[in-house]
Amino acid sequence: MEDVKIGVYICHCGLNIAGTVDCSAVAKYAGSLPSVVVSRDYRYMCSDPGQDLIKNDITRLGINRVVVASCSPRMHELTFRNACQEGGLNPYLYEQANIREQCSWVHDDKKVATEKAKDIVRAAVKRVYFHEALEVKEAPVNPNVLVVGGGIAGIQAALDIANGGKKVYLVEREASIGGHMIQFDRTFPTLDCSECILTPKMADVGHHPFIELLAYSEVEEVSGSIGQFKVKVNKKARHIDESKCVGCGVCEQKCPWKVPSEFEMGLGKRGVIYIPFAQAIPNLATVDAEHCVYIQSDGKKCGACIKFCEAEAVTPETLLNQSDQIVELEVGSIIVTTGYDQFDPSVISQYGYGKYDNVLTGLQFERMTCAAGPTGGKIVLNSGKEPESVAIVHCVGSRDQNYHEYCSRVCCMYGLKYAHLIKELANAEVYEFYIDMRCFGEGYEEFYKRLSEEGVNFIRGKVAKVTDRAISDEEKGKLMVVTEDTLLGKMIRVPVDMVILCAALEARSDADKVASLFTLNRRADGFFLERHVKLDPVATPTDGVFIAGCCEGPKDIPDTVAQASAAAAKALSLISKGTITLESAIANVDETKCLGCGRCEEICTFHAPKVVSKNGVMVSSINETLCKGCGACAVVCPTGAMSIRHFTQEEIAAQVGALTELS
Amino acid sequence: MDEFEPQIIAFTCNWCTYAAADLAGTSRIHYPANVRIVRVMCSSMVSPMYVLKAFEGGADGVIVAGCNYADCHYIDGPVKCDAMFSRLKRIVHMLGLEDERLRRELISTSEGVIFAQVIREMVEQLKKLGPSPFKTKMEAPV
Repeated sequence: MEDVKIGVYICHCGLNIAGTVDCSAVAKYAGSLPSVVVSRDYRYMCSDPGQDLIKNDITRLGINRVVVASCSPRMHELTFRNACQEGGLNPYLYEQANIREQCSWVHDDKKVATEKAKDIVRAAVKRVYFHEALEVKEAPVNPNVLVVGGGIAGIQAALDIANGGKKVYLVEREASIGGHMIQFDRTFPTLDCSECILTPKMADVGHHPFIELLAYSEVEEVSGSIGQFKVKVNKKARHIDESKCVGCGVCEQKCPWKVPSEFEMGLGKRGVIYIPFAQAIPNLATVDAEHCVYIQSDGKKCGACIKFCEAEAVTPETLLNQSDQIVELEVGSIIVTTGYDQFDPSVISQYGYGKYDNVLTGLQFERMTCAAGPTGGKIVLNSGKEPESVAIVHCVGSRDQNYHEYCSRVCCMYGLKYAHLIKELANAEVYEFYIDMRCFGEGYEEFYKRLSEEGVNFIRGKVAKVTDRAISDEEKGKLMVVTEDTLLGKMIRVPVDMVILCAALEARSDADKVASLFTLNRRADGFFLERHVKLDPVATPTDGVFIAGCCEGPKDIPDTVAQASAAAAKALSLISKGTITLESAIANVDETKCLGCGRCEEICTFHAPKVVSKNGVMVSSINETLCKGCGACAVVCPTGAMSIRHFTQEEIAAQVGALTELS
Repeated sequence: MDEFEPQIIAFTCNWCTYAAADLAGTSRIHYPANVRIVRVMCSSMVSPMYVLKAFEGGADGVIVAGCNYADCHYIDGPVKCDAMFSRLKRIVHMLGLEDERLRRELISTSEGVIFAQVIREMVEQLKKLGPSPFKTKMEAPV
């Protein structure tokens, strides 16, 4: 082996490190370590002049190992690996010592932090000594993209990619795409109709030559990795012949059985065979097998839909014998846009949701004001009369440490939108009960001002309860909203006819399942975690899997659309490059030590090692495209034949030794 | 005499606990400087030998930390780590080290606060326990 010559560079990161760590002392100390031939400290190592220091030392001093002590390797490892490569050194001969996130930022005693930084640098120096040059390999990227979830985020991402001429598989679990947005009546602050702006996009998805829509389907299994995912999708049986159904809706009209409509949030009913709404894409009938009398009686009762379907799309055969189908897809990247659930306000029992007839959630009110909705666009009480006064309660389940601490971001604005609609459609008195008004987007503050001028009553206070117990004649037959008006500093009771609860947006109830399916992480609030909250907001810790829309956190439509387009751009850039760099730090077998016992084969989740016969001797062999480099095989290997490149026993033992031996 | 400052080695997985330690830094959540972090790709990569090496070198405590079961970048790394850890725990016990000196933690990416809390807790515990018996034994001539 050639002589090891290590260069050590201590970054000040302005005052981020130098504020708490004596960088020149650390550099001086590093210079005294064995095999270190040069040791410098510099204000910003990631800057061009900083990187040039490394490159010049490689050429002039012939250093063949590099340690930069700076931020987390999760931040700049790639930067410095590239600098090494540009200087003519294999990028794997580099090691980063994290003295910012894990040292200068978490301590304030300069002496203690400096000593800790020395330890960290010493460990990195000892470890880099054993680093070996690794070959960097590339693999092709499958140009197909999977988009999971057909709300506005999924629709936008799918269209952006398909318009770029690349194939998209859009999987939606409901009978139609459209998501929550298609349930909305109007969109704030412009008040344009949600359907009018969304349905053209939905129709585009429906007949786009590059989009294959798999509605009423769910992803069951994902394997592989960036560039080459294999996905199994369960296409649920609609119990109709999709090739014959024309979406005329006669079957639903004739179906004698009605159940509460999910789309109408329980305010209206749908047939057991149904099309969820008029503009559904795909426009196909779906049979709710659980409630279908024909299916449940094994073909002995009912059968109205069969009789009236002129297209012969519904037959005894489709109803009784159609089963789910597994579709297998191969894609290079995945965009997860699975959206949100509305918080169930019945758990806050004092608000009376589910107890009083005229307490509604935001989504129910959306359906009520929609012309195609269950009341034909009329705001009506359970009695059929128009309300004279309506309370809109903000922050139901959000900004509340008993439920969700976060702000749901859209409730203030849709609350204002409701106020406008109530004024316009029912000319009722409106009371908005708010904690703070958060109107941050384009045209939002102006909309708030406009509503103030329209005569809406704004009451600042968190609502304590909603009750029907009257304490005066004036309150009889009304719902009383009880709150402290924090601007007046006293408790008030406001009698109203209807209460709308601005329920929080929360993570999907099955977000844990989706997370493990796509190897996503979740934040403490339940939403999916982005790779970097500011600088990589649509990527995830899993390469090739992107997130967009409300599955990442509550957001309004403009932000959702922007994020969806960002995710599409990420997927397109991957396709455009065409190849990905494979992990080099993977398992490696020393065949002279391997006994061929097969323990590595047993423990590996990715089926990378396989015991094979080589010249009549059984030894383990690694499939390099399957190996992820987790290292479990090396731990169970009884002879030490298995090791992980870049994380060898020698390397880690050297690092551990350096961290303990001097204490 | 100076107060005893225990030394902790924490093996942390790149994707979760290492990132949580980074987040503690980014959020400027302070914790005692007694911990030295060794970054591994997955908690299932931690060989019992590394932990024993740390104790041999005189570490007063060792943490093996990685993702929660549902978050693992390698699907089931924490399960494999658990299996290794239960064997390791017995070995460490047999060596005569107190159980509190070896901890297994599941700390996910977003849990910087928890990372700092675990370190604080362990430093506290180890201070009560005193230096590792190996530290003094090592000093004796063999």
